[in-house]
Amino acid sequence: MTAFLALLGREVRLALRHPADTLAAVLFFVIVAALFPFGVGPAPETLARIAPGALLAAALLAALLPLDRMFGADAEDGTLDQLLVSGLPRAGIAGAKALAHWITTGWPLMAATPVAAAMLNLPVEAWGTAIAALALATALLSLLGTAGAALTLGARRGGVLLPLLVLPLAIPAVIFGAAAIEAAGAGLSPAPFLLLLGAGVSLAVPLAPLAAGAALTGD
Amino acid sequence: MAAGNGPWMGAGLTEVGGAVLEVRDLACLRVERAVIAGLSFRVAAGSAVLLTGANGAGKSTLLRLLAGLLRPAEGAILWRGEDVAADPGAHAARLRYLAHQDAVKPALTVAENLDFFARLWGGDVAPALAALGLEALAELPGRVLSSGQKRRLALARLALAPAPLWLLDEPTTGLDAASVERLRPLLAAHRAAGGIVLAATHIPLPIEDAEELRL
Repeated sequence: MTAFLALLGREVRLALRHPADTLAAVLFFVIVAALFPFGVGPAPETLARIAPGALLAAALLAALLPLDRMFGADAEDGTLDQLLVSGLPRAGIAGAKALAHWITTGWPLMAATPVAAAMLNLPVEAWGTAIAALALATALLSLLGTAGAALTLGARRGGVLLPLLVLPLAIPAVIFGAAAIEAAGAGLSPAPFLLLLGAGVSLAVPLAPLAAGAALTGD
Repeated sequence: MAAGNGPWMGAGLTEVGGAVLEVRDLACLRVERAVIAGLSFRVAAGSAVLLTGANGAGKSTLLRLLAGLLRPAEGAILWRGEDVAADPGAHAARLRYLAHQDAVKPALTVAENLDFFARLWGGDVAPALAALGLEALAELPGRVLSSGQKRRLALARLALAPAPLWLLDEPTTGLDAASVERLRPLLAAHRAAGGIVLAATHIPLPIEDAEELRL
């Protein structure tokens, strides 16, 4: 546990020293959300109709951005070898990486959600649900993305391969997340959809780090 | 140390009971080519083994095998008679691996870089920095270090907390003569406590009566 927290603390500290990566993901999210009004026209009803799906899709794409450096930077400077012989189980290394990715990318995206939601004319009543849905969806993406990043580590053009591997697996997050926001906007309870999304995260919490750990090797 | 093959067979032969680390019939394939084949040797507590051989002879591969980063195609690595593959966590806890790369994060200071490993293994940062003469650089970020200073920071990890097996891949690359001399007390104390050193090197190390394993 000490080793897990040490690695988590180091990852967060490194992200704070290089805020550009986090900032890039947040700006990407806001800009993609801002493109929709230009594409579909500024009619408030049309925008509000597409807002839930657009928010989810933009957030997941933004959260993908820092993933291809997740293990790559450590592999290049030799840190990954040191982590592998540190005594921390490989699944533990992957779990700490996934949690750090969620904290440094998922949390800022949640903070930026009201800005993107306002641009998409999402009803204010649904903003809280949108933040909750994004919290769960980005957590799922952090977990799946860690497995994808471990699998594509060392692969030629791994940065292109990674979204192709991870995004299809994230489709349930888009479906249930958007459904939750839509329900909240229509005055219905978003709880069933958020619970289903939460079930997906609970499934990925043990499985994704195991998969990522199995893919991490010293080769 | 006892050799199962090679011209140094019999040199410094150790009784089987005295061997701590034993390599049995080890083979490793890299890209369909056998880099190491039929390698056997034993190392007793407190011994130092210098791995020598031409570039590509398999020195780094052997160290990565011993660190558990690579899996042998054949054979086994035994620690006190037990296969290290049976409990990778316990094996990781007893070894320090110094690779070609220094594993220094450019964004973290020298002290922060070392502090991360101190949290993993225990030990204090300040004396470890002092052992490699890095006290004055403690607050500098890793990115401004020269290659020799980065190497010293990597070597400072050895001084953090004791571990019985040191695997050093070209430990003195980029070091000046004074820094190489700083390794002498470190290596001597490690061996006096019963520790084993396996070092791949082309340059003579400040180490007494080490045995040579030519790959």
